[in-house]
Amino acid sequence: MLFPRPSGSSSAVRVVITGVGVITSLGRGWKDNAEGFRTGRRAFRDVTLFDVSRHRTKIAAEADIPSDVPMMKLHSRARHRLDRAAKLLLTAADEAVQQSRLNFSAASLHKTPIVLGTTSGGMSMGQAYYRTAIESPLAKTNQATKVLQYLAQSQIAGLAEALGISGQVITIANACASGSNAVGHAFEMVRNRRADVVVTGGYDALCEMVFGGFDSLQALSPTQCRPFDAHRDGLALGEGAAVFVFESAEHAQARGAKPIGEIVGYGAATDCHHLTQPQPDGNAALASMSAACASAGLKPEQIGYINAHGTGTSLNDAAEAAAISRWAGDSASRVYVSSTKASIGHLLGAAGAVEAAVCLMALQGQWLPPMCGTQSADVACKFPLVLKPTDAQLNYVLSNSFGFGGANASVIFRRAI
Amino acid sequence: MKRVFVNGIGAVSPVGWSVEALRDAVQSNQLPPNACVQRPGWAQPLACRRVPPPNPVPAVFANARLRRTTPITSFAASATLQAIADAKADPKTDRIGIVLCVLAGCVQFTRRFYHEAWHDPSTASPLVFAETVFNAPSSHVAAVLPSPAINYTLLGDSSGFLEGLALAADWLEKDLVDGCVVVGSEEIDWPILDAFHLFSPHVICSEGAGALYLSNRSVTDDAVELTAVSDPHFYSNKSQKIEATKSVRADLIQVGNAALLCDSRVGIENYDAPENATWSDWSNARLSPKTILGEGMMAGSAWQCVASVDALKQNVARSALVSISGCLHQAVGACFAKSK
Repeated sequence: MLFPRPSGSSSAVRVVITGVGVITSLGRGWKDNAEGFRTGRRAFRDVTLFDVSRHRTKIAAEADIPSDVPMMKLHSRARHRLDRAAKLLLTAADEAVQQSRLNFSAASLHKTPIVLGTTSGGMSMGQAYYRTAIESPLAKTNQATKVLQYLAQSQIAGLAEALGISGQVITIANACASGSNAVGHAFEMVRNRRADVVVTGGYDALCEMVFGGFDSLQALSPTQCRPFDAHRDGLALGEGAAVFVFESAEHAQARGAKPIGEIVGYGAATDCHHLTQPQPDGNAALASMSAACASAGLKPEQIGYINAHGTGTSLNDAAEAAAISRWAGDSASRVYVSSTKASIGHLLGAAGAVEAAVCLMALQGQWLPPMCGTQSADVACKFPLVLKPTDAQLNYVLSNSFGFGGANASVIFRRAI
Repeated sequence: MKRVFVNGIGAVSPVGWSVEALRDAVQSNQLPPNACVQRPGWAQPLACRRVPPPNPVPAVFANARLRRTTPITSFAASATLQAIADAKADPKTDRIGIVLCVLAGCVQFTRRFYHEAWHDPSTASPLVFAETVFNAPSSHVAAVLPSPAINYTLLGDSSGFLEGLALAADWLEKDLVDGCVVVGSEEIDWPILDAFHLFSPHVICSEGAGALYLSNRSVTDDAVELTAVSDPHFYSNKSQKIEATKSVRADLIQVGNAALLCDSRVGIENYDAPENATWSDWSNARLSPKTILGEGMMAGSAWQCVASVDALKQNVARSALVSISGCLHQAVGACFAKSK
C-alpha cells in the first residue's frame, strides 16, 4: 500500500549512490563527462536538429545520440518508437544499472520505484503529431504512437519496461528544478525506508518548441553563456540525461557494493514572486538551501562547493548570488561556486540530475568544475568563483536548481566513506 | 503513520463551480450539454463537456497572476480555494503544500505557442510560452494563496491523483507541511479530443478540477479520513488492465468492507470493461461520476474522490472505495471513512 505505509522502524537510513549514468554534449558516460567538467570544456555547436534561421540564437549543446542505444528488455515494437529524449534516458539508465551491478530481474527488486524529472518529455513527438494533424488532417498513421510517446509518463513507463521492473513510477515536472526534485524525492524514499533501492534522475532533449520559447523570452545568450559574469547576457540550452541508483547503505553493504558517493540532504521551497523571475533577494533559494542543510544536519561552513543553478541570465544569477551570500554568511568567502551550464548549457528537467552527477564526480576526483567563459565576476558574488581547473579537498557539496514557477530545490552530497 | 483527514473539498466541473453542483448532477443523473470543438481540417466538430462560465466570477480571478492564464489554472485555483475555505485553513499561518496532478496539462497554450513558433518564431509570444510549462498552474495556485511551502507538479496516468494523496500523506508524516492540497486539473483543446478519438472514439472528454485538503488535524468530530491508497498496478494491454483493476480491489479488501463504491466508468461498455469485470458482484451503493461529467482525466479522478468524500460528509455512507482504472498504464484505488 502507498498509504498507510507498513509500520516498522521509523529511523532514517543513510542513502548511497551505487550507479550513475550520464550523457550530455560532453559525451556519453562518466569518464568523458568527468574529464570535460574537470577541465571546463565547452561543448556547444550550431543547432542541427531544427531550423533556427529565424531565431536570435543559433547554438546549443547538442548531445550525440549513440548508434547503439541500449534497449535492455524493451519490447521490439517499442524500440522504433523512441524519440530523442527517450534515447537519452535509456542510455543514461543503462550505464547506471550496469555500474550498480544490481540484478533488477531478481524478485526482490521487481517493485523498485522510478522517480524522474523532466520538463518536456517527448515534446518532439508532440510536435510531429501536431504538424501532421494540421498538414494532413485525415492522416492517422502513427498519430496514436506520437500522442503516447509525447507523454513523459509513457516514456518513463517504457524505462520501467526496459529495466524489467514494475514499481511505482513518479514523474515530477517542476520546470528546471525537476531533476533535483526527483533526486531529492528518491533520497527521501530510501532514507525513510519506503524502498531499499530507487532508480532516479532527469532527462530532456532539445526541441523546436522549447528553443523557440526561450528565444522568445530573449533569455538565450547571443554570445556565450557566462554564469555570474558582470557582463553575462543569457543562457544556452542543452540536452542530456542522468540516471542514478540510490540504495540504502545497509542494502549496498550487504551485497558488497562500493558506493560512488552519498546523498545526505534535500530541501525545496516555492518562490511566489513571479512566474518566470526570481524574487530579487533569493528568498526561496535561501529557504531551499537552508532546508537541505537542516535535512543533512549540516551548517553552511561545512559545504565546500556549490554547483549553482547559474543560468547566466541577469536575474537568476543576481538572486542566486544574493541567496548564497545570505545563506553562507561569514563563511561565504570559503565556499567555492560555479555553474556547469557554462560547459553544457541548461538541460532544463535534466539539469538538476546531471549537476548531481557533476557533484559526485567532483567529490570522487577531488576537484572543482570551472566555468571558463566567465571573466569578471559580478560584484554580487561575495564568494569565490571557480574560473579555472582546480583541485580541492571536498567532503560535502550542494547543488541548486531553480525553475519557472518558483520551483526551488537543493540537494547535498557527501564523499563516499 | 499519522492519521490523515480530508478537511476540505472543492470542485469545478462541466456542471458548475462547486461541490454542490457536482453532487446535484451525480444524484440526479443529469447530463450536462455537450459542447462542440472544431478540429482543423475536419468537417465534423468533436464533442466534449466544458466548464460553463462562472457566475458570479470568483473574486480570485482579479488576482494579477491569473490574468493571462488558461482555464486549467482557473479551475485549479478555484477548486483549491474552495477546499481551503471548506477546511478553514489559513495560508497566513498554515504551511500549505501543493500537489498538482495532470495528465495532459496546459494544452491550450502549448498548442497555441507551438503553432506560433512553427510558423514564425520571431513573432511567438513569450507570455504564452511561460504558461505552457507543466507547473505553471501550481505556481499560480501557490502565488494566489500565497504559499512558499513545497510544491510538486506530478505527471501521470489519470489514477495518479491517488498517488498524489499518498505523497501529501508523506509530507504530513514528515511534518514538512501543516496541510496539503492535492489538485487534479485539466483543460480541453482539440488535440486532446483528437488524441482520445484515436484510441476511444466514443468517449466524451471533459475539463475542470477537483481538490482535497489534507491535514493530520481533524476539524470536526466526525471528519472524513483517508484510510488507504493501494499500490499502483500496471498494465500494457486490455486483459492486463482488467487484472490490474482486480488487483486494486484485492488491495482495498484488506482495509475492510465499504458501503459505497465510486468507480471510473464513463458509460462506454468497452472502455468500462475493467471496472465492470472487477466489480460485477458489488451490491452496495455505487457512484460513477464520470458517466455524468465525462472523462476528465486527472480532474475526473479528483471528482471521484470529491464525490466520495462528499457522500461521507452527507452521511450517505460511513466508508467509500475509490477505484480508478487509469487511461494510460495503471490502476490505483483508495479508501475514505468517517473517523467516528
